[in-house]
Amino acid sequence: MTTTPSQQRPRAELPQDDLASLEAGLDALEAPVEARPSPLTRAVSSAWPPVVAVALMLGVWELVFRTGWKPSYALPSPADVGLVLVEQLRDGTLLDAIVVSITRGGLGFAVAVLIGTPLGLLVGRVGAVRRGIGPILSGLQSLPSVAWVPAAIIFFGLGEGAIYAVVLLGAVPSIANGMVSGIDQVPPLFLRVGRVLGARGLSAARFVLLPAVLPAYLAGLRQGWAFSWRSLMAAELIVSSPELGLGLGQLLDQGRLLNDMSLVFAGILGILVVGIAVELCLFAPLERRVLRRRGLLVGR
Amino acid sequence: MTLLDTLSRRPAAAPADPGVAVRLAGVTKRFGDGPVVLDDISLTVDDGEFVCLLGASGCGKSTLLNLAAGLDVPTAGTVTLPGGRAALMFQESALLPWLTASQNVELALRLRGLGRRERRDRAAELLELVRLKDAGGKRVHELSGGMRQRVAMARALAQEASVLLMDEPFAALDAITRDVLHEELARLRTSQALTVVFVTHNVREAVRLGDRVVLLSSRPGRIAREYDIAIDTPRRIESPDVARLSVQITDDLRAEIRRHGGQT
Repeated sequence: MTTTPSQQRPRAELPQDDLASLEAGLDALEAPVEARPSPLTRAVSSAWPPVVAVALMLGVWELVFRTGWKPSYALPSPADVGLVLVEQLRDGTLLDAIVVSITRGGLGFAVAVLIGTPLGLLVGRVGAVRRGIGPILSGLQSLPSVAWVPAAIIFFGLGEGAIYAVVLLGAVPSIANGMVSGIDQVPPLFLRVGRVLGARGLSAARFVLLPAVLPAYLAGLRQGWAFSWRSLMAAELIVSSPELGLGLGQLLDQGRLLNDMSLVFAGILGILVVGIAVELCLFAPLERRVLRRRGLLVGR
Repeated sequence: MTLLDTLSRRPAAAPADPGVAVRLAGVTKRFGDGPVVLDDISLTVDDGEFVCLLGASGCGKSTLLNLAAGLDVPTAGTVTLPGGRAALMFQESALLPWLTASQNVELALRLRGLGRRERRDRAAELLELVRLKDAGGKRVHELSGGMRQRVAMARALAQEASVLLMDEPFAALDAITRDVLHEELARLRTSQALTVVFVTHNVREAVRLGDRVVLLSSRPGRIAREYDIAIDTPRRIESPDVARLSVQITDDLRAEIRRHGGQT
């Protein structure tokens, strides 16, 4: 060894510097090389397929309109819908409706996170709780939240209370179930490492369990948002009264009452655009960042 | 409450067992009503000793390490670590993928209660010790298999445990990398005065590294034979001395394995 160099067998083991350079060479040869496309390349390559898809869809729509298959009040042309959209945007109705709906959706989602997170932790970590409400929780996820609307109206009356109740019942199970499946997927090796390093109880949860759960939890949040937004639209369609602010769902219902298909289409587009925007601007980058840090997204 | 909790509350300077790092006395382990995994194992590892546990499948090597690490309790017998705590290294690097190399080392220090500045300095020192000074900011997936095991080694050293338990730590590496890590471990063992219990199924590796090789029989795991390795250090895995002893131990190991072929 370096501290007591052996005079008899000088070549039996490499001297210190040789070992260091050998290791440096091996590290350089073996460390994985990660090629990351530039942001511009990625933006361009991820932007053109949806653009083409939307263009194709509009083309087909226009074509079907021209065949005269349905009267134009039932199937307006893309241009008609575009005009209504511009008009609605110009007089502020659509933007106001979007703001009202996003506020409700965001608030409902935030409360759902506050309830779903501890609930998921409880179900995931406490055996008795899991056996008790685990199956109910996963069952609730497959129950369409529209089914809650009549009950919510009877219980809360035609008001914001009913809307929020439906949103929560839609989103909380998704968020809690994301947490539960995350806990189930934590590799047992990580928990053992935590114990060997001396993490017990709360510190084990903070330093090992929660970080390990994060990707699945994020997936749960993403799904929870989708469920909040869907439930909100279902609730707004049915729960409308003059005192309530006009959300996107209520705008849609107004279109139906006026037999104005272009307004209905404009409302649907608004709902779709908000859903996609939240997905693209919030959840997708967050998820990509977490996965890339863990090497689960190499080359993408 | 695990055994380790009980052990670590003992005064570290308890003079009951001077010079002893690990003492297993009559340790038997079975899981529930299953077969006996370890049968009456008595083994003493002295401070500064490097002991290799060698055996075929089913000899309970990993169970033995779990007992020594306090991750499990024996069905009968006692496990004592007079120096207090054990560090454990796994076959897979077991680094936490959401942390950088340096943060992985720092976590071990943090759980020992070190302050932020102290943690950073000590982690840098440890990474330099395993010659990964510049890799501290790298994530786990950016490291090669050999580098990961060196980070894991730095993390284990950060625990400043009285004994380092290693569960086939190099089994998943290619031969070239494994050879280099053998050298690295031998160097660290001397410079850091480590006590090591090293589990392997590779006879040459055991002879290359150990002061003593303990051959375990399988189902149940018992101590079949022990060998003192009197070959001068530094050693190389290719050397004729290592090869000669490896042949003898391999023959004994095969004899142990043959005993299982006749009976069902």
